[in-house]
Amino acid sequence: MSTSLNPQHFQVKIFASPPWPDDLGAAIPVFHRWIQQRALPELLIDVADYRHVPAGPGVVLVAHEAFYSLDMRRNRLGLQYSRRAALEGTTESKLRQAMDAALLACSKLESEPEFAGSLRFNTGALEIRVNDRLLAPNTPETWANLRPAIDSCLDAIWGRGAYRIEPSGDARELFAVHAVVGELQPG
Amino acid sequence: MKASNSLWRDYLGARVPDVLGDEIEKFEQQISLKKQGKLDDKVFAETRLRRGVYGQRYDNGHRHDGITQRTLNYPQGELTKGPNTLWDAPGMQRIKIPFGGLNASQLETLAELAEEYSDGIAHVTTRQDFQLHFVHLEDTPSLMRRLAAAGITTREACGNTVRNVTACPYAGVCRDESFDVTPHARATAYFLLGHPDTQNFGRKFKIAFSGCETKGCGLARMHDIGAIAQVREVGGQKKRGFRIFVGGGLGPVPQQARLFDDFLPEEELLPLCQAIGRVFARLGEKKNRNTARLKFLVSKLGIEEFKRVVKEERACLEPDPSWTDWIPRVASFTERPLKEPGLLPISPAGPGDFARWHSSNVYPQRQEGFAAITVALPMGDITSDQLRALADIARKYTRETVRTTVEQNIVLRWISQKDLPALYRDLQSAGLASPGAGTISDITVCPGTDTCKLGISSSRGLASELRRQFSENGLAAGEAVSGLHIKISGCFNSCGQHHIADLGFYGVSRNKGGYQVPHFQVLLGGQWTDNAGAYGLAIGAVPSKRIPEAVERITSRYLKNRLDGESFQAFVKRIGKAECKAMLEDLMAVPPHDADPSFYTDWADAREYTTGDLGVGECAGEVVSELDFQLAACDREVFEAQLHLEKGDLAKAAEVAYQSMLDGARTLLKRSSLAPPAQADQVVETFRRDFYDTELFFDRFVGGNIANYFFKAHERRGQTHDAETARQLVEEAQLFLEAVHSCHMKLSAQPVA
Repeated sequence: MSTSLNPQHFQVKIFASPPWPDDLGAAIPVFHRWIQQRALPELLIDVADYRHVPAGPGVVLVAHEAFYSLDMRRNRLGLQYSRRAALEGTTESKLRQAMDAALLACSKLESEPEFAGSLRFNTGALEIRVNDRLLAPNTPETWANLRPAIDSCLDAIWGRGAYRIEPSGDARELFAVHAVVGELQPG
Repeated sequence: MKASNSLWRDYLGARVPDVLGDEIEKFEQQISLKKQGKLDDKVFAETRLRRGVYGQRYDNGHRHDGITQRTLNYPQGELTKGPNTLWDAPGMQRIKIPFGGLNASQLETLAELAEEYSDGIAHVTTRQDFQLHFVHLEDTPSLMRRLAAAGITTREACGNTVRNVTACPYAGVCRDESFDVTPHARATAYFLLGHPDTQNFGRKFKIAFSGCETKGCGLARMHDIGAIAQVREVGGQKKRGFRIFVGGGLGPVPQQARLFDDFLPEEELLPLCQAIGRVFARLGEKKNRNTARLKFLVSKLGIEEFKRVVKEERACLEPDPSWTDWIPRVASFTERPLKEPGLLPISPAGPGDFARWHSSNVYPQRQEGFAAITVALPMGDITSDQLRALADIARKYTRETVRTTVEQNIVLRWISQKDLPALYRDLQSAGLASPGAGTISDITVCPGTDTCKLGISSSRGLASELRRQFSENGLAAGEAVSGLHIKISGCFNSCGQHHIADLGFYGVSRNKGGYQVPHFQVLLGGQWTDNAGAYGLAIGAVPSKRIPEAVERITSRYLKNRLDGESFQAFVKRIGKAECKAMLEDLMAVPPHDADPSFYTDWADAREYTTGDLGVGECAGEVVSELDFQLAACDREVFEAQLHLEKGDLAKAAEVAYQSMLDGARTLLKRSSLAPPAQADQVVETFRRDFYDTELFFDRFVGGNIANYFFKAHERRGQTHDAETARQLVEEAQLFLEAVHSCHMKLSAQPVA
């Protein structure tokens, strides 16, 4: 991986705090309403329902530039923002964009009447992945290259030294790190 | 679009075979030329289709959001990748898996691609393919290179080509087969791939192999070419060969394949496929897509003439060593186990739901001590993490002997039976241990309105709801019911194979008070076994939201009233279609919108089904009501035609089917005239003038082709019919009336002058 290649496709998943809603189906009318209201900056296209897939993407709001999903990967509920379209700027600014988009979606979801207080996100626990194996294989080298940008973003939102972070997953998986304010939870 | 796209070619280097690399390179150049405006839309569309790159719903840049029709303003604006297909719109990539055969590395590659280019889901199709959705066109060359490096091509996955060659997933381990058809399916797939004689078809061409006559795993009788393994004694020696069927197919007008040859020696398999391909390319319809499949050519020529023409063509072929050079190596394709055979303890202390899973998902192979197990995928969907877990499991327990199935599942073969509890635990950890493979809850379903441009009703939404209810309410309780098959298509095109299900459904829409209401036509009595031995017939359209109740009612009635050991097909036949319809009649009613708006949205979709199709004005409302009443009468007529067909009164079936079309056309004419003509010739002439020539009747995708069914029926009225042509006429009448409903709804959405 070369830093000059500048990974584009960041994924940020912000985990939900238990207890989780019984049925993620409540997200379907919410996401359709967001499309009607053009409630997010991206070109919102459609909603995909994968609730039937164990530990799957749950309910996905498909946009041209990104996927927003109320995601159940690894049986852990969270809101995942997955960037698809390229962006100008530094690695740090691209990661920051993904984080901001995820946080905005979390905040909006929490306030939707369909979830009526049943969905709360822990904004002190997240997973960052890079969805491009060639530019960012899940290796110590990638971690070393990306760490400054990741630290810089997390310092900005949580404060330097206020969180723990570590890489996760095996070499076949996307490059991923888990970060948590205070003690790191096993991913 | 991925930032790494430009790097994959160099990174993969020699891992991409030259032939595939060159093809992908050319495709990449064509993408570039199209982007520069140097390639025609239609030409490029067929080019990408032949690479498996499909369009997806809303790719024309318009979507109804439940309130209004919205334009999707993509960054590259009006740039197109085909007629009415915007460049930036997400598309679908189909990936061919000949005979469904996969190894662990290929599973891992699919996992990577689903994650990086799609939404993390890979979807197994009813042709043993994989599909990835929401893929950007400009990512496809990299995606294809990565597949090619894993030994997979997407070439001819779509378009007017030989589609994925399918085969029974138990081939080689089946207890009933004559012999393992895997080498034959493989040889056929690669012989015909890119063959010059298969490049000029008017329509797609499907081939399937089955090792036995009686099971449904190969579905040979619903294919353009269906090959069923046979062993015969010739000159005192056992010889491998096939019963060959031709001209079968589902789609809007399903046809059973006809017997072409009772025993074709294996060395004649490839030359015969080539000869049929040449005849299809030469004589098959090219202009009218709706009559371009091989089944129409076989019907047009008659099976005897078709045989003669094909045999004549076969005799002219230049001998080709590749027809037979694989035959001496047939034995080398035989799979071997990784582990020693073993036996499951009589009372296995299996974990969790092991016993239930074992009873439905484990198939004891003919090789003692081994089993093939089915990983039941919900609606064919599997995540990237699950694909990787499955790759690990395949390596741990087998020599990577994995097959996809036409029932949208995955089969792992050569599992030592003593490993079954451990295997179950591993599958459970990956969320892949759902029991119920091959039962009523293992529903086959096409993408429908989720992603398909042609979808009318939400087939996946319905399947998901039925699965949920089976799971929660125990609807599938009872062995007789749990063994039934449900198959659902989002429209009449039958990608969900609804015709061959015990309970089949396909999406239609109906008008109620100026609103569109999602419905499903109910088909009962289709037969999956005997290689798709019989097709079900439509009973009537039921609102989508009442289908679960319809299923419950039908299955309960079967449980209660079936005779000892009576199959579902026999039960439906015994009680008759009129009684079947009576059983569902009250469920066909739709409450007014004000009383229950939930009927006016589809499953798993919060949008009003068709707000844009609201009728306008009270006068228009009255006219609509009268026409709806008359259309309902036409529906009853076509059902009556089915009843005559069921009784074997072919002449009456044909007569009533034709009459239903005539009345349907006349009903449409009433939109513009209080006194439409009564004479049949005049009805046809006026319909042609007012609805066909004006293209008012035309559908966005099939144009005016369905009207031709009516014109043809009118020309041929009074002619005698055999069972096949009568059945075809009834099916065509059904389709014509669906098109009349659609046209009526389309026109009702416009202000009435």
